[in-house]
Amino acid sequence: MKNTGRPTAPTSAANTNEQPTASGSKALNQATKLIFETGTPRRTGVDIQEPKGGKTRLGGHERTSDIGLPGLTEPEIMRHYVRLSQKNYAIDLGVYPLGSCTMKHNPRLNEKVARMPGFADVHPLQPQSTVQGALEVMEELSHWLCTLTGMPAVALSPKAGAHGELCGMMAIRARLDADGMSHKRRVLVPESAHGTNPATAVQCGFIVDEIPASGNGRVDLASLKEKLGTPGPDNNVAGIMLTNPNTCGLFETDIIEIADLVHAVGGYFYCDGANFTALVGRVRPGDLGVDAMHMNLHKTFSTPHGGGGPGSGPTVLSDALKAHAPVPYVMKEGDAYKLIEDVRDSEDAFGRMTAFHGQMGMYTRALSYMMSHGSDGLKQATEDAVLNANYVQASLSDVMTPAFEGYCMHEALFDDRFLKNTGVETLDFAKAMIDEGYHPMTMYFPLVVHGAMLIEPTESESKGELDRFIKSMRHLAEKAKSGTEAESFKAAPIHAPMRRLDETQAARKPILRWTPPADVAEAAE
Amino acid sequence: MRYLPLNENDRAEMLSVIGATHVDELFEDVPKSARLKDLIDLPAHKTEHQVEQHMSRLSAKNVAASSVPFFCGAGAYKHHIPASVDHLIQRSEFLTAYTPYQPEISQGTLQALFEFQTQVAMLTGMDVANASMYDGSTACGEAVIMASRVTRKKQAVLAPGLHPQYAAVTQNSAKFLDIKINEVTPQPGADMNVLDLINDETACVVVQSPNVFGEIVDLAPIAEKAHAHKALLIAVFTEPVALGAIKSPGEQGADIVVGEGQSIGVGLNFGGPYVGLFACRQKLVRQMPGRVCGETVDANGERGYVLTLSTREQHIRREKATSNICTNSGLCCLAFTIHMSLLGEAGLRELAMLNHEKACDLADKLSAVKGVELINDSFFNEFTLRLPKNANDVVNALADKGILGGVPASRIMQGQHENLLLIAVTETSSEEDIAAFEMALKEVLS
Repeated sequence: MKNTGRPTAPTSAANTNEQPTASGSKALNQATKLIFETGTPRRTGVDIQEPKGGKTRLGGHERTSDIGLPGLTEPEIMRHYVRLSQKNYAIDLGVYPLGSCTMKHNPRLNEKVARMPGFADVHPLQPQSTVQGALEVMEELSHWLCTLTGMPAVALSPKAGAHGELCGMMAIRARLDADGMSHKRRVLVPESAHGTNPATAVQCGFIVDEIPASGNGRVDLASLKEKLGTPGPDNNVAGIMLTNPNTCGLFETDIIEIADLVHAVGGYFYCDGANFTALVGRVRPGDLGVDAMHMNLHKTFSTPHGGGGPGSGPTVLSDALKAHAPVPYVMKEGDAYKLIEDVRDSEDAFGRMTAFHGQMGMYTRALSYMMSHGSDGLKQATEDAVLNANYVQASLSDVMTPAFEGYCMHEALFDDRFLKNTGVETLDFAKAMIDEGYHPMTMYFPLVVHGAMLIEPTESESKGELDRFIKSMRHLAEKAKSGTEAESFKAAPIHAPMRRLDETQAARKPILRWTPPADVAEAAE
Repeated sequence: MRYLPLNENDRAEMLSVIGATHVDELFEDVPKSARLKDLIDLPAHKTEHQVEQHMSRLSAKNVAASSVPFFCGAGAYKHHIPASVDHLIQRSEFLTAYTPYQPEISQGTLQALFEFQTQVAMLTGMDVANASMYDGSTACGEAVIMASRVTRKKQAVLAPGLHPQYAAVTQNSAKFLDIKINEVTPQPGADMNVLDLINDETACVVVQSPNVFGEIVDLAPIAEKAHAHKALLIAVFTEPVALGAIKSPGEQGADIVVGEGQSIGVGLNFGGPYVGLFACRQKLVRQMPGRVCGETVDANGERGYVLTLSTREQHIRREKATSNICTNSGLCCLAFTIHMSLLGEAGLRELAMLNHEKACDLADKLSAVKGVELINDSFFNEFTLRLPKNANDVVNALADKGILGGVPASRIMQGQHENLLLIAVTETSSEEDIAAFEMALKEVLS
C-alpha cells in the first residue's frame, strides 16, 4: 500500500447522530481497554508448580526491578481477545479484494495438519533420525514447487516474500562475484514494482535503476534496451527484478524477449512471484527465462495471513544459480533424508538466511493445499481467479475507469478518472466500501496509475458474492458521480467499529506503547 | 474441488459477461511458446481424508518432543502453552486478516500489536519495540544494519557466545552492505573478549545473554566501553523466559535488544514460524526496521491504533527504506501477547524460577556422572556439559533409548567443540524425565 499522495487525517468533524452509551460499548462492538488497564502484575492466569526457592546460580544477575507486565485469568483473557477479534475484518467474514495480496480462503485442514505433533512439537535440532517425516515434507514440498515452476532447485528457508527476494538477489550477487563480475551492480526495476524490490536490491549492495512503464502498463521495451546497454566487459547490469503478472495485473507480454535481452548482457532475471497465483498450472516461470523467483506461500498456496504474518517465501533457482542456494536444504540419500545445514558441506552456498530451517508450519499447510487441489485443481483455481477478476472488471468498466484496455490476469486495476470533479478521492471511495461491508481494495498502488484501485477477488469467491460486491461498487460509483455526495464519502466509514483515524497525528507524536498514568503525569511536569 | 465455489454454469455465464468464449482467451497475453497444453505432472486432487492421512503418516515418522524425556534448546525451547492461546489465534478474525492497512476495521489486530509492543518493551527494559520480526536471528541481522545506519560506522563486533546461526545470519545480512564483522569463533567463557575489540570504528557490539552455552553475561561493562567509543550495544537473547529471572538488557545499558520470542506462546514447529522481538531506545525509533503500531484518535476523538512511521518503510521509501521488510510475524506475536497476558509478571517470575530450579537439579545430577563436567559458572535454564566422548554420538545413543538429550555443540558450531553438549530444561520436564536422563547418560558413557 502507498500512503503518499493521500490524506492521512480525517477532514470532517464528528457528525454521528449516535447517542453515547454509559459503557462506551455499542452492542456487539464492546469497549475494550488495554490489558495494562485491566490486569495487574500480581495476578496470573497460569497455574505453575510452585518453585522451592533454593539457592540460584544466576551469577549475581538476579532481576531486582519490577517488570510491570499485567496478568489476567483465562475468562478475562478469552473475553478481551474475543472482543478485539470482533473489531477485525477477515476473509471468513467477506470479500477481501486487496490487490496483490491474494486473500484466498485458508482451508482448515491445513490448520489441523500443521498442529499434528510430529510437525508442531519437534525441535529443529533433534537428531535427524527422529525427524525423517518432517524432512520428507520439505522434500515433497520442494518437488511440488520445482515442478509447478519448471525450475531445478528451491531454497525453502526464506521467511517471507521480501526475504525470498533477498535470497534470490543474493544468489545472483554470489554468482556474479564467483564469475569475477563484481562490477555488475546495476539492477533494473520497473517503476510499478513493489517497494520491496528496490529495497531488497539495495540490501544486496546493488544500485537501483528505474525503468518506466509503457502506455499499456508493461515494461517499456525501448527504455529497457537503452538501460541494458551493449554486451561487453564494461556492461554493469546485474539483472532485472520484474513482477509477472505485474502490479497492474497484466502479463508482461514481452517477458521472454526481456529475459533474453538481460541474459545477453550477462545479467540475471529475478521474477517477483507475488502474483504467481495467476499462473499456477498454466504457465511455468522456468519457460520464461527466469533465474530466481520467490513464491509467497501465504498468497498463492493459501497459508493464513494472520494479520500480517508469518509468511513464507521459498525461492526457486535456475541451473545458473542453484549452487549458490543458502543452507539448509534437504537431500535424499538412499531411503533416508539428510539435512545439509553446515556451510562447510556446501561450499558455493552464499550463506544462511535464518536460524534453523524456515517456516515448517507453512510448509505443511502449503503441501496440504497443493495435494488437496492436485495438478487439476490448481489449474482450475488459477483459471477461476483470473475469471473472477475479469468478471469484476467487465461488470464495473462502464461506471468506473479501468486503467488499461484488455483482459487482466488475477486482479483488475482501475484509476480515479471516474471520480474527477466529484470531490471524492480514492481514499474516500475505499472508506465508503467499508460501510458497504467490504474490505477496500489496494489503493494508491501501483504508483504508475493515478489514484489506483487494485481489486483481486481470488478464486474463493462465489458468483453470488461477486454479484453482491459488484452491486455495491456500482452503487458507490454512481453515488460519487452524482457530484452531490462528497460529504458523505468524506465522513465514511460510519458503521465501522471506529471512524477515520488520524494517521498524521500518530506519526508526528508517536505513542508506541502504553505508559503507566503516574509516568505520564511525571513526564508532563 | 471443495475450495472452489464456481460451477460450470457460473463460469459460462461469467465468460459471456466478459465477452469471451473460453477461459483460454483470458490468457492470450501469455506468449504461445509458454502456454502449457497439458496438466503439470503432479498427482491429481485428493479428498480431505486422503490428505489428512498422508500428512498424519508423515507426522508419525517424527519423534514429538512431548512423547519423550526432552532436553533440547540452543535457540528453541519447549514450554507449556495454555490451551486458550491456540484457541484464540485460530479465530477467523485474527487468522484470516491481512496486515492492518484499514485501521477502522482492523482495531483487533492493531490493539493486540500495541499491547505486544508494550510487553516487549517492558520485558527488555527498553523504551519502544516494533510489531515483531521474522525471528530472533533475522532481528539480529537487522539490528546490526540499523546500528551501522545510526552510527554511520561500518564495523560490528560479535561476541563468541552469540548463537552461531545468529552470527551466520547477521554476517549474511551485512556482507553486501560493506559492514565488516570480526572473525567469530564460538567459545565458552570468552564474551568479555569483545572489550578488546571495541574501538572508535565500531558501530555496534552484539552480545547474547544467556549466551549459546547458557552462561549469563554481565552486559554493563560492555555497554560502558561501547558508549565510550560511540558504539551501540545490541543485546540478544534466545530464551525470553530468562528475563523473568535476570536483569533486563535495558537496565544494563543496551541500546537495541533483539531476541527470539518463541518460548512464549509459540510451539517448536521444527524451527518456524517463530517471532522476532526488537526493542530500542526512544531516540533511535525512526531508524528501527519493521512495522510499528501507534496510538491516535478517530474523527470522534476516540482512542484507536494505526500502523505508523511508515516513512521508514519500503512501500514509501523504496530504495531508501530502513529495511526491505514487509511481513511481520503477526499471528505468532498475537500468541506471544496472549500467553504473556496470561502469565503476567507474577506468572513469568514463577515460571522462570521453576525453570531455573529444574536446571540446577539436572546440572547437579549430570555433572556427578563420571567423566562429565559442567562448564558454566552461571546459567538460567540451559547449560553446557563437557563429556568424555563425542557429544553427537552420545545424543544419538540417547535417542536410541528414547531420550532427546540436548544438542551437540558441534552441530551448530561447524564441527568445533565436539565433546560439548548443550542442554535445556524447562517446566515441562518432570522429575521422572530428569531421572531417566541421568540414568541413560550413565549407561551411554559407561
